[in-house]
Amino acid sequence: MFQIDFGKSEESILGIDLGTTNSLAAVMEPAGPRILTGIVPSIVAVTGDNTVVAGEAARTILLHHPERAIYSAKRLMGKGIKDVEAERFNFVAATDQAVDSVVRIAAGGRIFTPPEVGAMVLRELKHLAEEATGETYSKAVITVPAYFNDAQRQATKDAGRIAGLEVLRLVNEPTAAALAYGLDKRKAGIVAVYDLGGGTFDISILKLQEGIFEVLATNGDTHLGGDDIDNLLIQVALEDIASEWHTDLSNSAEAMELLRRSVITAKERLSFELSVDLEFEWNGRKYQRTLSREVFQKLIEGIVNRTLGPCRQCIKDSGVSVDQIDEVVMVGGSSRIPMVRNAVEVLFRARPHTDLNPDEVVALGAAVQAGILGGSVENQLLLDVTPLSLGIETMGGIVSRIIERNSTIPASASETFTTSVDGQKNVRIHVVQGERELSKDNRSLLVFDLKDIDPLPAGLPRVEVRFLIDANGILSVTARDAHTGREQSMDVKPSYGLSEEQVEAMIESAFENAEADFAARQAAEARVEAESILAASAKAKTSNAWSFLSKEDQHAIERAEADLVQAKESSDHRVIKGKIEALDHATQALAENIMNSAVQGALKGTHI
Amino acid sequence: MEPASQVSYFAALELPEQLSIDRKDLEARFYRLSRTLHPDRFARAAPEEQQRALDASALLNDAYRVLRDPVARAEYLLSLRGLVPADSKYVPPELLEEVFELNMALEEVKMGDREAIPQLRQSHKSFQQMLAETDHGLESDFSAWDSTQNPELLDRLRARLNHRKYISNLLRETEKALESHVSD
Repeated sequence: MFQIDFGKSEESILGIDLGTTNSLAAVMEPAGPRILTGIVPSIVAVTGDNTVVAGEAARTILLHHPERAIYSAKRLMGKGIKDVEAERFNFVAATDQAVDSVVRIAAGGRIFTPPEVGAMVLRELKHLAEEATGETYSKAVITVPAYFNDAQRQATKDAGRIAGLEVLRLVNEPTAAALAYGLDKRKAGIVAVYDLGGGTFDISILKLQEGIFEVLATNGDTHLGGDDIDNLLIQVALEDIASEWHTDLSNSAEAMELLRRSVITAKERLSFELSVDLEFEWNGRKYQRTLSREVFQKLIEGIVNRTLGPCRQCIKDSGVSVDQIDEVVMVGGSSRIPMVRNAVEVLFRARPHTDLNPDEVVALGAAVQAGILGGSVENQLLLDVTPLSLGIETMGGIVSRIIERNSTIPASASETFTTSVDGQKNVRIHVVQGERELSKDNRSLLVFDLKDIDPLPAGLPRVEVRFLIDANGILSVTARDAHTGREQSMDVKPSYGLSEEQVEAMIESAFENAEADFAARQAAEARVEAESILAASAKAKTSNAWSFLSKEDQHAIERAEADLVQAKESSDHRVIKGKIEALDHATQALAENIMNSAVQGALKGTHI
Repeated sequence: MEPASQVSYFAALELPEQLSIDRKDLEARFYRLSRTLHPDRFARAAPEEQQRALDASALLNDAYRVLRDPVARAEYLLSLRGLVPADSKYVPPELLEEVFELNMALEEVKMGDREAIPQLRQSHKSFQQMLAETDHGLESDFSAWDSTQNPELLDRLRARLNHRKYISNLLRETEKALESHVSD
């Protein structure tokens, strides 16, 4: 007899924050949302043996072989090559770009599209989440910046599909943060969410009432974030270094990556200290500069101010006054900067909320939305809006708006089109997104041709086109003959993005290679780890502490090193991991010695 | 079941075709219906059911967006009765003088003559007042139509809506001119 287990609960849905810099996955549990993965760098890299890795392993590669790594690929989502010319990404492939409208990224001798890079990060999160709980996940809610346009949303959805995840919903990041906060405080009120992440800025104003989260307005800048602050600091350091060392480091990808690490450390410490030393070593030379919070603030003032314009517009669009806003929630790593907090406090006249970790709050909110979709969270409902107006190009390139920005989604609009010439059979319609008057100043979304219109005198045919923006903020178009009610055939050409066939092909190749890929990836990741521990061990052997070890201990370490060098070539990650642990164990005494002499050195005021 | 596009916005919010609507009541209806119709409630349903939820929810949101705005609501009701709002490009005769003076002032300010700014401010104030008066008139039109449903009232309503559209355009233009020339 069959045994059907009706008691078995449905498969959980992952809530994923796919960030510019870092990504996380969470799930909804009876006690509330829980982070499963820890912070995973949104980095993808190709290893020396041509395996693609993502996350921590990719970050290690980025540090030493930047030409094999891809970071901040979220900035390229849903973009064409023209959009990214101004970006200083050293990894955008310049060749073969005319073929279609999707940016190609070259790294380690391979070519990727942004959705594929996103898919690798998503797959890494999926595996880590599965390792953490022992469950299998095939469905996800993924967050996107609220100000993402249609093409960027579609690209994110494609990334999910390529990663083998059914994307049940795209949720706007600030809204997700509000959901995460709303769990604890079920009260009525108006809340603003200020989200300054690695690469994007969003502001949303919501009305909360009995579990309904109604977004009143949203605004933002998909090209503004912590990355910009890092670039400013890098620029300062590069100029200093150029005048001190008489060298231009900007051509060395590795030096730039190390410098980026240094400025990020300095930037982060400046949130807690009034003055820090920015330090950087390259080829045995040392650069140092004291950076006070005051100077730092002068430097980033322009960036902070650029977030205020969208905030003011958002307040205006929301129809509420500043005084009616009860709380401001801060999201994103850059919201830790005291100057940012002050600016927000002054503008909104409300104390910014920072109770939840700004790095985790979006993923937690995505898990809450996953709970809403899965049915485990019953009383809450999110009513979000479309961030940009939808329009069609009319005579003279002028835009006629059909769905205004900040309309609650799903939203729809119908327009009737006719012909301008007797017997005309085709009508071409250009759909754009944005707030500008002229079509060319807005984002081109798609062009569609109404085909096989009955040949009638000009102005007689009536084709009714329905534009529908779904709950993910993604547009679909349908058309029918208003006289006959018959469906009108048409060709839709998205201006940016992968075609359905391309996505299918990527899913297929990912599926075919999934098992082999996974094993190879785990081995490759272990190899990366092995290399970095071998390098650390080699470095330790040059320190004084090495000579204090017994011959026996020294032999043990050397044996463990040799074992690992040999095991490193294995295709089984467990073999490599085992030898990593052995070397780790063997070097424990050495590591302690080094620590002790470092402490003693520090006490004596000397450096070792 | 009727296709979503055939259902009126009033029906979508379970209201009779009326012009006076209480905002609080409308919001309560919108929230209540959203809870049952929103696609989030059908994430595990069959594709056809998901599509139906998507259509129903889009209709509800479109309806709420139009009906909560008194002007859009009145225009929508007129369109249901086959009355298109007339072209607002012609100047209503009662506004001729105001428009003439405003255009002069706008022209002068554009040429860099700051002395016309007080005139602009004056126009701005008087347009605001006219708008408030028109809105007041609309309210009485609304309740008159709701209680009598007299079709003649719709013509009056249509004329007042045109008048209002014209004033609000003037107001917007004046605001834009003031914003760009007074701040610097």
